[in-house]
Formats: sequence, structure tokens, C-alpha cells
Amino acid sequence: MITAEPRHLEARYDVVVCGAGPAGMAAAVGARERGAGRVLLVDREREAGGILWQCIHHGFGLHHFGEELTGPEYAQRCLQQVIDQSIDVLTDSYVYDIGAERRLKLMSGSQGIRVIDAGAVVLAMGARERTRGAIRIPGERPSGVLTAGLAQKFVNMMGLLPGRRVVILGSGDIGLIMARRLTLEGVEVLGVFEIMPYANGLNRNIVQCLHDYDIPLHLSTTIVDIRGRDRVTGVAVAPVGEGFRPDLGRAWDIACDTVLLSIGLIPENELSRRIDLRLDPVTTGPVVSSTMETSANGVFACGNVVHIHDLVDFVSQEALLAGRAAGDYVTGHRPPADNIRLLPGDNVAYCVPHTLSTDREHVVYMRVRRPMEQCVVRFGDVLERRLRYVFPAEMVNITMKPRFLENFHGDALRVDVLPR
Amino acid sequence: MLYDVAIVGGGVIGCAIARALSRFRLLVILIEKECEVGFGTSKSNSGIIHAGHHAPSGTLKGELEWAGNQMWDALDAELDFGFARNGELMLAMTAEEVPTLEHYYRQGVARGVRGLEIWDGARVRREEPAVSADVVGGLYAPTAGVVNPYEVCFSLAESARRNGVEMLVDSPVAGIGRDGDGAFSLQTRQRQVQARFVVNAAGVFADAVARMAGAGDFCIRARKGEEYLLDKRLKGLVRRTLFPCPTPQSKGILVIPTYDGTLMVGPTAAFVEDKEARTTSAAGSDEIFAAVRRFVPGIGERDCIAEFAGLRAVADGEDFLIGRSAQRGFINCAGIQSPGLTAAPAIAERVVALLREEGLAMTPNPAFESRIDKHVRFAALPLEEQARLAAEDARYSRIGCRCEQVSEREIIDAIHAGARTLDGIKFRTRAGMGRCQGGFCSWRSMQLLSAELGIPMTAITKRGGCSWIVCERDAGEAA
Repeated sequence: MITAEPRHLEARYDVVVCGAGPAGMAAAVGARERGAGRVLLVDREREAGGILWQCIHHGFGLHHFGEELTGPEYAQRCLQQVIDQSIDVLTDSYVYDIGAERRLKLMSGSQGIRVIDAGAVVLAMGARERTRGAIRIPGERPSGVLTAGLAQKFVNMMGLLPGRRVVILGSGDIGLIMARRLTLEGVEVLGVFEIMPYANGLNRNIVQCLHDYDIPLHLSTTIVDIRGRDRVTGVAVAPVGEGFRPDLGRAWDIACDTVLLSIGLIPENELSRRIDLRLDPVTTGPVVSSTMETSANGVFACGNVVHIHDLVDFVSQEALLAGRAAGDYVTGHRPPADNIRLLPGDNVAYCVPHTLSTDREHVVYMRVRRPMEQCVVRFGDVLERRLRYVFPAEMVNITMKPRFLENFHGDALRVDVLPR
Repeated sequence: MLYDVAIVGGGVIGCAIARALSRFRLLVILIEKECEVGFGTSKSNSGIIHAGHHAPSGTLKGELEWAGNQMWDALDAELDFGFARNGELMLAMTAEEVPTLEHYYRQGVARGVRGLEIWDGARVRREEPAVSADVVGGLYAPTAGVVNPYEVCFSLAESARRNGVEMLVDSPVAGIGRDGDGAFSLQTRQRQVQARFVVNAAGVFADAVARMAGAGDFCIRARKGEEYLLDKRLKGLVRRTLFPCPTPQSKGILVIPTYDGTLMVGPTAAFVEDKEARTTSAAGSDEIFAAVRRFVPGIGERDCIAEFAGLRAVADGEDFLIGRSAQRGFINCAGIQSPGLTAAPAIAERVVALLREEGLAMTPNPAFESRIDKHVRFAALPLEEQARLAAEDARYSRIGCRCEQVSEREIIDAIHAGARTLDGIKFRTRAGMGRCQGGFCSWRSMQLLSAELGIPMTAITKRGGCSWIVCERDAGEAA
């Protein structure tokens, strides 16, 4: 176990990072790079690294480290940077409140209740999985209905199986990864059911986790009934028509003992709400500037707490930016404020960051609302990029250079994804 | 061993009776078919302590609703399960419904219900700004309150146990006979129980239990209610429990600020054949959200975090069925639907009186202790107190469930207080009840159950029976 638990916890830190997953680790490193003296990284688990430890499959790191790694390898590299940067890591601890002037309250299994003042705060709490209640699947309430991530924890961290005959609802990446993982464990994976007419996970996962193992993917189909008094004994599934209404006349039954849910992630913004940060109703995460600063002074945010990423590499890059900005904030080096707002237009669900500054280069992350082939992404009249295809499941990122904005004099740029 | 009284059914009624009897020097056993008390109808109750003016006059319901209502402050003072008189508002959506408000106003006043007021639409919206502009008036009843019904059950059971009542869980009663000396003999899964008196508080199965003993041929039907729990983001949107004007079948679909402040909407009301049916349905969800949107437009499906269903026990004629039976010594306490929770403490007193009339001698139990150990709710304590407890035991400051901010120590306390399952922990501590619905904490709660009870992870269940959570890796071939 690699932790860098401080023997002595300071009463004041230059930067405190809430959450030591990939976002938090990169943010802490970023803050140190820019001269923040004392940086504290807090995580509720016994070990820093976040969800990466249970992601034992490969496919991480190509963008950020230039080679393909497993989740634990990726976590290990990030941790090594954290340790090299002399960052204090406090695990088994939980930030449960942020008060005025960035006064944090911590519950810690090793340190008891502690109050810490922070020069800047980086929120990196990640996301949680959507549950059965969120989509109100009808039927009985047996055990055996669980999120794909919890199943991943059981299998990869605890050496236990969630069941023997599994149906997966939703084609999110964690569900796809688990379809393969459970198959390798000898569990029968009977199919993946997706209410949308297209898959919600990365294309490479559809191929490598479903096609390669002959696991059927049923699009425009959903679970309409869960059966079983004590434990799941089966489900009924049905194709959906207009307005996602299930066609019960065409429903069929599947005997199974487990239903895995992979129906999306929700940014974990309990702390953000406590300090009344301005939130984006689409991402449900904080509204952030081009330096990943939230609506509260000196409070930055990055990773899945801001918006759901499909690759950890982009989380690390965004977090590095947030951490560096937090470091700049406490050392008094503040870049010019943003002067352009981004307005999501046609087929654009959201853009992060929400604002840009004309004096620097930015990466704009965005998601489309529906798939489109042979299209262009257009930033007002200043920038147009051709894209072969777009999918809601795959984040689009566009680099915005200052020269694109040289002749732009407005204060708001509309972003559209349009057919060519 | 010959018990003085065997209570069949560990819902809120059975638990209240058990505790009421524990004030006397009696040998009492409570027999529950589920793995923990309160896991049947009581667990999925709305948790409303009704104001006292709902049930019609001239019925047992009408009499015991108001009597019960007045007993909750004292009960909470002793057991500290948490009770708040948040008040209720019955809303009229049209001028035609205003006479209904007046009817209930008069019914309440005649019964002595205090503080009733009829408000116009403007006053309703001033007091409850989230209510629709279409509402024309409301009947305000400050005596209404809320509790967490499962916590009431656990507290009553804990108090009863502390005062000597024996608890036999996981034990459906399969048959009831009479021995030569007249004592009842109840056949359960584990053992035969002999008792001089029996109280039948078996909820939707009370008819079957009565029939086993030849103590009644009444029929109990199950009327299902679905409820939907909303994200705590909406905490505070509504402060009082909101009712539409009721129909003869049902109080209608309500907006209920639970004791914790989280909103719940429901319930539906439909008879079902299957007395174990706990299914929720798309139709139920549609019905509830459509009804609720009429009077609180700000509530919608997107805030739903969990749904569940419970079964009301309905006797013919809709009233409570409480009384002696053809079998001397066998008391039926059946058909306890709404306002059954409200009436529960009064029902328990009524049953004690019936047992006395039936010939059960009662002398006070000098060792009776009215209070139970206070359960720490760490997150609700002031900082200094939290720091003090954390210094005493670090498990207080180790987070177990983060959505509801439950510490590891609280989960361990719940296990020591009798929780044997994930649901048992959830309903005692709230761990797993929040927006992630156990996604983050259930494995941790399972580890604690495993360590404290000395059982493997594979033996842990959601709520007993076959509700296992995980299985062994290599058992595939063996199974």
C-alpha cells in the first residue's frame, strides 16, 4: 500500500485537494509545480488512487503517459509523482464541510475530527453511478441488482462474484468492461440492453468486450420488470418505441440471478452544493473558468466532479491545469480573467470550461446530444473543425488558440456541431 | 417453557404491544417471520403521525387515531427515535372541494383535535411557497407529525427486549393448537412455543393466523402502495405533509417530508392477490408523479432516488379489527391500515386492557426501564462533541456511508443492536439509503457485518432468506 500519510497534520495548507483519484493526484502535482508550498491530498479510502485500483484492465495512459497501462499501473505512476513532489497524503479521511474562507472540516479514521484552513481548494471528488431508483425500473426489490462499478469492486478487489447469470442494463463503459471481466470469471453474461438506439460506451469497448466474447448487445431495448422475492430470478426485457415507451407486447423473459446497471455517472457535488457553487444544469458539475476555477474564489474543480470523462488521460490533463491554477492562486500569480463565454448551440450538450480568455491556448471539452456523421464543429465564425463522426459517448476536444480569436470582438461564442 | 403471552408479528403493532406488556411481570415472546422486526408492512409505511381528524367518527380508527396521536411526544421522549410535529395541509384544488375541508375541520373539532385552521389559497402559498397557484384553500392541522416507522419498530423492540421480552425472528408460525391444559402451542420453524395468551398482530397474514387457531374467519386483503423517495436536494421544498382531498378508498397521493426532511411521494392504493408483492410499476410511478405535479409543480421524476412498495392490511368494512375471539385468550389485532402507525401506542394499550379482561393478571415490572441507550448520530452532533467522540474511538470519524454521513462506529453499533442484514443496517443508520443507494458503502457495511458477526461475506444477505449479495468465485462448478 502506498500512502504518504503525514505524521503531523498542519492546521493550514496552501492547497487542499479533496479526493485522491486521478484528478486529485494530478491537481496536487500541478499545484506543487507552480510553487504551492504545502499541499494536502485527502481521500476517504485507505489508499490513494481512487477507482483506478479496481480497473485492472488495460487501455489507460496512451495520451497522458504515451504508453498503454492498466488502471493500477496508471495510479502507481500518478502516486509516484505525488510522492516525488512531497505532497502530504491523508487517506481514510473525508472532507465533510467547507466553510467560509475555505475552512475545511475533516473526518479522519487516523486523525479524528480536524479543521484545516486552505489557501486554495481543488474539488476532485469524482462521480457516482446512477442507480435503479434514478430510472425507476419496475418490479420486485430483490438482492442482485447492483451497479457495474460495485460489481467490479467485488470481483477485482474482494475476489467475490456478484452472481452467476448476469444481465447488464445500459452500455456504459463500466458495464462493457464488466461483461468481459465476468465472462473471464466463468459467469454467464446473457446480454447488454441499451434503451438508446446507439451504444453509450466507447467503440473499442463494444468490440473488445462484447463482440470478441459473443455477448449480444440489444439496442433500443430495456428491462421492464425485475423478478424475485429474495434474489433476482429473472427479468423481462422489451424493445422501446416512440418516446422510449416499452412495447410490452414484444417483451421476453430472461432467467438470471443478477442485474448489473451501467446507466451513467453523476458528478459528486455534495461539497459543491454546501458552498453554493454555481452548477451547470447539464453536467450537474460546477461552472468553471478556463483555469478550472469555480464561482467561489480560490475553489477549483477538475475531473468527473465537473463533467464525466471517458478517458482518464483527459482527467489528468484537466486536473493538472486546475492544480496549476490553484498553485498560481496561492502564489499570487493570477492570469487575466476570462472574457468570452461559450454558448452550447446545435447538437452541443455542454462545453467545459464555460468561459475562455483570449490571451492563452485552451482545450475545450464538449459532448454532443446525438450521433452525427461527416460534420463540423463551429465556434462562431472564428473556428471550424471537420469531424468524421461524433457520438454522445465520446467526448470531443478542440484546442482553441489565441490567434483564432484575434479578430473576434464579442463576449460570447456559440458552439455548434452541424452536418457538412 | 410456558410464556404468558406470545405475540405473532413484529411490525409496529406487535412491537408496541410487546413493549407495553414489558411494563408488567410477564413472560412474553414476540414471533416474527422476517429476519428482523419491522421488515414487513411497517418498513414501507409513510411514517405520518396523522393529525387526528381523518378517520370517520364512530369507528375504532377514529377513536384510536386521535388517542394515539397524543401519545407520541411521550413515547419519543422515552425512546428518542425522532418525532417532529411538522403539521399537515389538506389541499383543495377547486371550489367544489372546499366543503370537504370544512367537513374534516368539523370532524376534528368535534373530536378535540387542536389547532385546526382553514386557510385560503394565498395563505397556503405563503406558508408553503412550492404549492401550485391552482390550490384554492387548505385545512391546516398542526398536530400531524412524522417519524421513521422502521426506527420506531427497532426502538420499541429494543425497549421490549431490554425489559425481558424474548424475540424470535426468522420464524413464520406454521400452526397453532391447544395443549391439554389449555395453553396455546405455536409451531415455528425453530421450535414449538407454548403460551397462555396469544396476540395476533400478523398484518396481512392475520387472517391466516386466526384461522390456524380457530380464532376468526375474517378476511384480510392486501392493498399495495408504491412510494418514491426523492433526492435530498429537495429538502425543505415542502415542510408540512401535503394531502389532496381524500376519497373514500384512500387518503390520496401525498407529499411527505420524512423525519429526515427528505421528500417522499406516494402512495398508490390498489388491491393485490399476492400478499408478498412488493413490486413497483411504471403505472404507479406515472400516477404518483402526475398527481403530485398538480399541487407541487417543482417535483418530478428526475429527482427520484429510490422506490418501494408496501402492503396495507385491510379488513372487511375498512375498520381496525381489534378484540377477543372465539378462542379464549386469543386476541386479534387485525386490519391495521392507516392510521395504524398513528394509533399504534393506543392500540397497544387497548390490547393490554383486553388481555386483562381475558384474565391475564398484571403486576407492574419494578425493573421496567422506559429508556433505551441513545444511538449516536455522529453527523448531527456539534463539532466539539464530534471531536470528543472521535478521540475516544477513531471509528466515529471514519466515514462509512458518505451520502448520509454515517460513521463506521454507528454501523457497528447497529450490528450490536441487532442488525443482521444490509437492510437492517440501512434502516437503523441510513447507511445506503442516500443517493448512491449503497454503491459506495455496501461492501464496507458487508465487511463490518462479516467481522462483527464472524460470518463469511457470502453469508450476508440484503434482508434474510435467499437474498444473498455475493458468491464464491470457484463455486461455479459446484453449483
